Amino acid sequence: MATTLPVRRTLHPVPAVLLACSLSLFLGAWLSDWTYAKSFYVQWINFAAWLNAGGMVFLGFATLWALIDIFRADVPRDRGSALFVLLLLVAFILGLIAAFVHTKDANAPMPEALVLDVIVFLLVLAATWLGFSTIRSGAAR
Amino acid sequence: MTRAHLATMLLSCALLTACGGQDPTLPQTGPSPTLPEPHRGLLPTMKIADPAKNGWGANRPTVPQGYTVTAIATGLGIPRQTLVLPNGDILIAEGKGGQDGHIMRPKDFFAGVLKERGTSSAKAGNRLTLLRDADGDGVYEGRTVFADHLNAPYGLALIGNRLFVANQDALVRFDYQPGQTRASGPPAVVTALPSKLNHHWTKSLAASPDGRFLYVGIGSNSNIGEAGMEAEENRAMIWQIDAQTGASRPFATGTRNPTALAFQPGTGQLFAVVQERDEIGPNLVPDYLTSIREGAFYGWPYAYWGRHPDRRVQPYREDMLAKAVAPDYALGSHVAALGLTFSSGVMGARFANGVFVGEHGSWNRRTPAGYKVVFVPFSGGRPSGPPIDFVTGFQGGDGKTFGRPVGVTLDPRGALIVADDLANVIWRVAPAGRPAPAAPARVASIPATRHQPENG
Repeated sequence: MATTLPVRRTLHPVPAVLLACSLSLFLGAWLSDWTYAKSFYVQWINFAAWLNAGGMVFLGFATLWALIDIFRADVPRDRGSALFVLLLLVAFILGLIAAFVHTKDANAPMPEALVLDVIVFLLVLAATWLGFSTIRSGAAR
Repeated sequence: MTRAHLATMLLSCALLTACGGQDPTLPQTGPSPTLPEPHRGLLPTMKIADPAKNGWGANRPTVPQGYTVTAIATGLGIPRQTLVLPNGDILIAEGKGGQDGHIMRPKDFFAGVLKERGTSSAKAGNRLTLLRDADGDGVYEGRTVFADHLNAPYGLALIGNRLFVANQDALVRFDYQPGQTRASGPPAVVTALPSKLNHHWTKSLAASPDGRFLYVGIGSNSNIGEAGMEAEENRAMIWQIDAQTGASRPFATGTRNPTALAFQPGTGQLFAVVQERDEIGPNLVPDYLTSIREGAFYGWPYAYWGRHPDRRVQPYREDMLAKAVAPDYALGSHVAALGLTFSSGVMGARFANGVFVGEHGSWNRRTPAGYKVVFVPFSGGRPSGPPIDFVTGFQGGDGKTFGRPVGVTLDPRGALIVADDLANVIWRVAPAGRPAPAAPARVASIPATRHQPENG
């Protein structure tokens, strides 16, 4: 009879995919806004607004998942889990502000949009890093 | 309506902070309006007209003491501008233009859904309706469709026996004989008009007094260039078009959305009302009434009210800022001027010398502005003195909107004709106690009327 060994489980695949999607979309938003700021071709800033909106959808679900996780008794936690949720929440709030800034017309979103893009991307990057590296102990099934 | 509900839910919480309170009142009518610093919060302030469920119901527009107001046509297909023909018949341009569902940014989706709520849900007529009051009693018992299958007709002008209609994509011409109630055939195209995207689609129209030229007001394709300056080619300007050949050239530029044009009787000077830019505050930028100087640049997009720079547009053009001239007379920020007509003695002594201006009403400020027809008095051929409210009461005390005025036209028999594109009504405002004189040319009544006019 095999003995039950403690296993190490990292991020669940669903929030993992959500985070991966939002990370790449926010990177795209940043690069598009940067290209707009260099060229003033409006389609780049329009595209940045869509990329940000897409990133927000994935980030929103990832944040929701993490919030539910942190209140569930059966999901083991460590100090990293709290920081993970905090990073996601701050990224979501700043991402929302970035979305609102992108509703300004022509060049009016600049330079705030670009600054927010960078911050949101770095926060989501940090959250992804943390999420994938947080080690949780759980019972093997 | 799930789309609308979703948008409302998503935006309403965000907008809550922006919806309370009142906007500061600044002196913003006349030749030198007070202009605050540009400012815009995280979201554009949006307070969209909230149409009353039963339309006007038992309510009626408010007119000055000694004037009557009557609905002379109801159930129209979004009436915009009117033209009073020499025999007293009234032509109404009904329609709706712009490229539906043109969404470039997430914002366009939400703003589109919200703004749609403040407009009529009636089907756009895309036609010209003719009204006739054969016996001159002020009741327009005759009604025919003069022409249909037009593409968002707006501006109307008559030169002799040629009727010109500014569709959203072309200036077209009908043959017109006095007394005619139906066009004899499809119109001929005089010249194509810029129509790509057509964000500001209304093509306003006026004919020079000598009948040689037509002037067409062409609105910009964006608020402040956010569609790219390539989209603004041949836009935000007033064209002069040779009525014979259709040859066109820019007559004046930098007019963001010149929604109505009119020639001053006597002097032959062209005047326009122009809608200015949004999203830099509740008190920027005033819409204006101005005489149009040939070759002048009125600022859009680089500047407003003379040399006030708007650096939202990039790359910026300092040379254009230096060229910008200030308009004559401010009507107030966000009032959305859409109608212009010169008055005469038939409207009574107080309103004889000046212009009437139809103000459709604001969306980009908390405290509504416009939603009325004002009279701007003139002296020495120039606007002079504060505007006087002429037709009001388009919004109820509860903030519900009954109607929204668009085109205004003087009927030389002694009335002001006001198109209402929310209630789909034509209002006739006339001095009371003075029966309208009989039609100048004896006109036959139109047999078999389809609609009964409603008295107000």
